[in-house]
Amino acid sequence: MGPAAILFLIWQAYEKVGLANAKVAEALTEAAKEAAKGVALNTFLQWAIIIAVFVPIAFGFVIFGKYALQGEYDHLPESSKEIEDGV
Amino acid sequence: MSQQPSSGIGKVIFSSSLGTLIEWYDFYIFGSLATIISTQFFPEEQGTAALLSTLAIFAAGFIVRPFGALVFGRLGDLIGRKYTFLLTLVLMGGSTFLIGVIPGYKSIGVWAPILVLVLRLVQGLALGGEYGGAATYVAEHAPVGRRGFFTSWIQTTATLGLFLSLGVILITKSSMTDEAFKSEWGGWRYPFWASILLVGVSIYIRLKMHESPLFSKLKKEGKTSANPLKESFVHKGNLKMVLIALFGAVMGQGVIWYTGQFYAQSFLETKVMLDFEQSRTVILWAIAFATPFFVFFGWLSDKVGRKWIMMLGMLLGILTYRPIYQSFLDETNVATLLTSTEVASTEAPVVKEVAIPESENIVRTTTTPTSLVNGFFYKEVTVDTVFADASIAPVRASQNFIEKRLPQSTYWYFILLVFVQILYVTMVYGPIAAFLVELFPTKIRYTSMSLPYHIGNGVFGGLVPFIATLITTFKGATPLSGLWYPIGVAAVCLVIGSIYLTNKIDEDVMD
Repeated sequence: MGPAAILFLIWQAYEKVGLANAKVAEALTEAAKEAAKGVALNTFLQWAIIIAVFVPIAFGFVIFGKYALQGEYDHLPESSKEIEDGV
Repeated sequence: MSQQPSSGIGKVIFSSSLGTLIEWYDFYIFGSLATIISTQFFPEEQGTAALLSTLAIFAAGFIVRPFGALVFGRLGDLIGRKYTFLLTLVLMGGSTFLIGVIPGYKSIGVWAPILVLVLRLVQGLALGGEYGGAATYVAEHAPVGRRGFFTSWIQTTATLGLFLSLGVILITKSSMTDEAFKSEWGGWRYPFWASILLVGVSIYIRLKMHESPLFSKLKKEGKTSANPLKESFVHKGNLKMVLIALFGAVMGQGVIWYTGQFYAQSFLETKVMLDFEQSRTVILWAIAFATPFFVFFGWLSDKVGRKWIMMLGMLLGILTYRPIYQSFLDETNVATLLTSTEVASTEAPVVKEVAIPESENIVRTTTTPTSLVNGFFYKEVTVDTVFADASIAPVRASQNFIEKRLPQSTYWYFILLVFVQILYVTMVYGPIAAFLVELFPTKIRYTSMSLPYHIGNGVFGGLVPFIATLITTFKGATPLSGLWYPIGVAAVCLVIGSIYLTNKIDEDVMD
């Protein structure tokens, strides 16, 4: 699910930023073009932030999946010593 | 730790909770007054200001909080819990007060949004550091077998902070005219100014507190961590626990929390179109009735374990969100209501006409306030294009029903529906502080528990209103489509938590 989430985010960002830029091109008047540019810039910024935040989390999810498949969570540590020994 | 006398633990809980409550209050008043703040500091027509507005909303809520968790978590594990969360309180209170004294965009131009952004970032950082400190501090004082009960008091503060902020804003707003409230130096600033008094009292109380006994013991023995960040996130044994805390518990808890308290309000306001006052008082009543359950489920988690209470809260949210939100829409559907209820009265419509540039046609907006026999009130707003050529019939551009006011029975039914959602919040959130404290060793506890908490709540939870609204703009989406985000995240978390978490209560958090 981690890699799928990363691909989905990038695809969504590409699509939404593209749509916002298309609206700039479609704007008929200078005023409408300026307003659409502002929206496009904000859309770009929002998606840049979403990707910057969620992609590292998705990588964390991949690591979690790896540990789970390796059976690392079959027994959860019951003391700090066990956690520290868990290397 | 059972050496703490009950009066002592009462003081610990009170002083920790009061500060955390005030921090939440400070954080929420910005969000609750977002509309006014955006007009005062971020005028829409200004590109840079609008950009800063997006940064202020996103950066503070979603990026800075986890950073605050890292910065202050590290400090808390190095120098101690007491001084760290004293510092977060000063930063939060100071920045909130200062937001209230920044002149508007009209007076100082682009400096206004820049200053607000900087202060909002400080707020986010401070909040990221506060919660982990308070939860750790109380848990490390709590007697064995009662950790869930005592930490649940800290858990009430986030909800009470929202309650307090909404209450203060409603009282301030109702004590003056709309113009006086919204003017540059108007009433909307009072809740920000009030913060300095609240923080002053809380700092005084917190200064009298002692350091956590567990941390003091570690310090005395020279066993505190030299590099808590490295130990928490590089050491595989700890990283494993951080990941399971995030994906098996906090991620689901975050979306359940933000759906119940924030998306519910946003949905009532923007999709159901309830009026300003009712959309807030519904939440206020629901919070007031549900808040004691934080303590109940914290107490219960000491008896039956933390895991299954949290998992049940997520499961109930997954199963019932769609029927609940469908009910909000059904009960306020004007077309359906008109088939079963008579119109009691219709006031004279207010008509506004605006000429379309470079044409002789006009846009006519008609607002008609209507009351139904059952007490339901709404305003019908129609927008028509009226052509200069009278032989062409006007064309309807839109028809909306806004500022709906519910009759008493429906009003209380809505409170019940929101109450049920906040009850789920109490199930997932009540036991989670004790659960997180028990997952990590004392020397890196502040750092290790703060990061998953603020990613789960700040990122997964904080993004609920934004992502849910975004989903409703997709092709073929319905007003309920946005719920798939919290339902999906909670479902993944439920599966992971059910399989991998343990229900065993860790009696000894000293190790």
